[in-house]
Amino acid sequence: MSTSGEPIRDVFRSNGHAPTEYRRVYVWELPVRAYHWINATALVALCITGYLIGHPFHLLYAPEAYQQYWFGWVRFIHFASAWVYIMNFFARLYWGFVGNKYAKWTTFLPLKKSQRQEIVEVIKADVLQTKMHGPISTGHNALAAFIYFITFIVFLLQLITGFALYSNMSTSPIPRLFMWAVPLLGGEFGVRFWHHIFLWFFVCFVIIHIYLAFYHDYIEGRGTISSIVGGWKFERVKDVK
Amino acid sequence: MGLSIWQSMERKGYSRRDFLQFCAAAAAAAGLGQSGVAQVAAAFEKKEKPAVVWMHFQECTCCSESFIRASHPIVVDALLDVLSLNYTETLMAASGFQAEKSLNDTLQNNKGKYIVLVEGAVPTHDGGVYCMIGGKTAESILQTVSKDAAAIIAWGSCASNGCVQAAKPNPTGATPISKLVDKPVINVPGCPPIADVMMAVVTHLLVLGKMPELDNINRPKEFYGRRVHDTCYRRPNYDAGLFVESWDDENARRGYCLYKMGCKGPVTYNACSVVKWNEGTSYPIQSGHGCIGCSEEGFWDNGPFYQHLPSFPGFGVESTADTIGTVVGVATLAGVAAHAVVTNVRKQKVIAEVHAEEQKES
Repeated sequence: MSTSGEPIRDVFRSNGHAPTEYRRVYVWELPVRAYHWINATALVALCITGYLIGHPFHLLYAPEAYQQYWFGWVRFIHFASAWVYIMNFFARLYWGFVGNKYAKWTTFLPLKKSQRQEIVEVIKADVLQTKMHGPISTGHNALAAFIYFITFIVFLLQLITGFALYSNMSTSPIPRLFMWAVPLLGGEFGVRFWHHIFLWFFVCFVIIHIYLAFYHDYIEGRGTISSIVGGWKFERVKDVK
Repeated sequence: MGLSIWQSMERKGYSRRDFLQFCAAAAAAAGLGQSGVAQVAAAFEKKEKPAVVWMHFQECTCCSESFIRASHPIVVDALLDVLSLNYTETLMAASGFQAEKSLNDTLQNNKGKYIVLVEGAVPTHDGGVYCMIGGKTAESILQTVSKDAAAIIAWGSCASNGCVQAAKPNPTGATPISKLVDKPVINVPGCPPIADVMMAVVTHLLVLGKMPELDNINRPKEFYGRRVHDTCYRRPNYDAGLFVESWDDENARRGYCLYKMGCKGPVTYNACSVVKWNEGTSYPIQSGHGCIGCSEEGFWDNGPFYQHLPSFPGFGVESTADTIGTVVGVATLAGVAAHAVVTNVRKQKVIAEVHAEEQKES
C-alpha cells in the first residue's frame, strides 16, 4: 500500500487527462451481500412494526373484533422478522470466520494501530469534511466497521429485551433463555422501555448509514453504492502496488 | 397436640356438610379435581391446625381488607377459624405484652411448623427506625419470626417488591421480604392481591403441605403465570386493532381495548381477568379503566398510569422513549441534510476547479 499523501481532489483532477488506472476488487461476496439486504429488510420491517405496536394507528375498518386482525398481523410480522434477523446475524457471524479478508471478524474491531488512525482520518473527512489523505480501506473503513460492531451489540441487547418480553408467555426454549432480563431491568416496564430506546438507535443508524454510504461514494469515487449490489469495488492500481 | 381442623370446626358448630363443602372449596382452590376432595377431607380430619402469624410492617392493610372479602365466605371463615392465627396486629384482641407473649409462644411451641404471612415492606435505612413495633425494628422482628418458619408468604406488592414505599427515591429503604430472609418466600403481589388468590395460596399450603409451583420470581404460577392481557375479554379487540382513542369516546362505549389509554395489562402478570374481584363481579378493565400494573415491580416508577411507556427520566412527565427518539431521529435527519448541503457546495467548487483545469489544458 502506498501512502503517497495525494489529496483525493487530485483524483478528480486527473479524470480524463492523466488516466488513473483502477482495478476491480471483489469485496463483498454473495453471503455478505445477502446478509446486508436480508438484514436491511428485516430491520426496516422490525422498526416499522415495532413503532406500530407502540403506537397503533386509528383504523376502524370494521366495528367488531372478529372482522379484522391487522394488529395481530403487525405483531406476527415483528416476531417473524426478528427470527429472520437473528438467524441472518448468526450466518454472518459464521462468515466472519470463513469469508474473505474484507468479511473477517477482525475488521470490525480497531485492534491495530492503523485501524485506529483510519478512524481519526475518517471522522475528519466525514464530520469536518477535510480532504482525505492517503488511501482508505477497500472493505469497511475502520470507523464504519467499528460502528457496525456497536450495532451488533445493540442488536444483542434488542434480542435479549425482545425475547425477555415474551419469554414468560412462550413455550419455546430459546426466548425462555432470556427470562433473567425481566427482573434485572425492573420488570417488564423496564424491558419495554429499553426495547423502545434501542429502536431509536437503529432508526438513527439507518439514516446516517445510508447518507454516509452515498457520501463516501462521492468522496472516494470508487463505487461504494454499487458494491453492495454487485460486490465489486475499485482500487487505484497505484495504491495496490 | 393441638386440634385437627375438623375437630376445631366441629367444636365451633360447623356441620359435617359444612366441613365437606369447605374441603371441596379448598381442593378446588388448591387446584385439585373432584377426586382430590377425599384426600383433603382426610388431611383436615387428622392434620393439626397450623399455627400462623400474620406480620404487618410498612403497609396500608389493604391486603387484609382484601383477604376478608374472599368470595367463598365459608372458606375464609373456616380459614380464619382453622388457622391458629396467633398473631396479627389488626385483627387480634390481645394487645401490648399479651400480644407479644402470644407471638413468642407461637414461635417457641411450633418450631419449624408455623406459617408466616407478611404484609408490608421492611425499611432498612438508618437502622430500620422507620417501622418499629414494641421497640423492635421490623427487620429484627422479621428475622425472629422467619427463623423457624415452615413457610413464608409475602402478601401484596409491598412485601413482594416494595410497592409505593420503595418508589424512587425510597427514603426509608423499603425492601421486599425475599431479599431479607434466606428462605424461599412465596410472593403474592398486587395492591392488594386478589382475595381468592390469597385464599387459594394459603389453602394450597395447608392441603398439600408444600409450596405451589412458582415462577422465576417466586409467584405462584397458577395465578401469576399469565398476563392480564392474555386472558382479558377485550383481547380480541387488541388483535383486531380496535382501540379506545380517548376516554368516553364511541370506542370506549363499545368496549374496545384500552391499550392506547395506557393499560398495563400486556406487562402485568395476574389473575384479575380470570378470577376477578368482589366475588367475581368485575375487574378494572371490565369497568372501563386500564390496568395500572399494581402487581408488577416498580409500577409507581413507571407511570403515568395513562401512558403505556414509562416517562423518560429527566424529560418531564409526558416524554416517553418514543417522543425523545422521534426528536433525536428528526435531529439526525436535519444533521444529515445540512451535511449534504455543505457537501454539495464543496462539490461545486471541486467540479469548477476540474473544469478550469480542463480548459487551461485544451
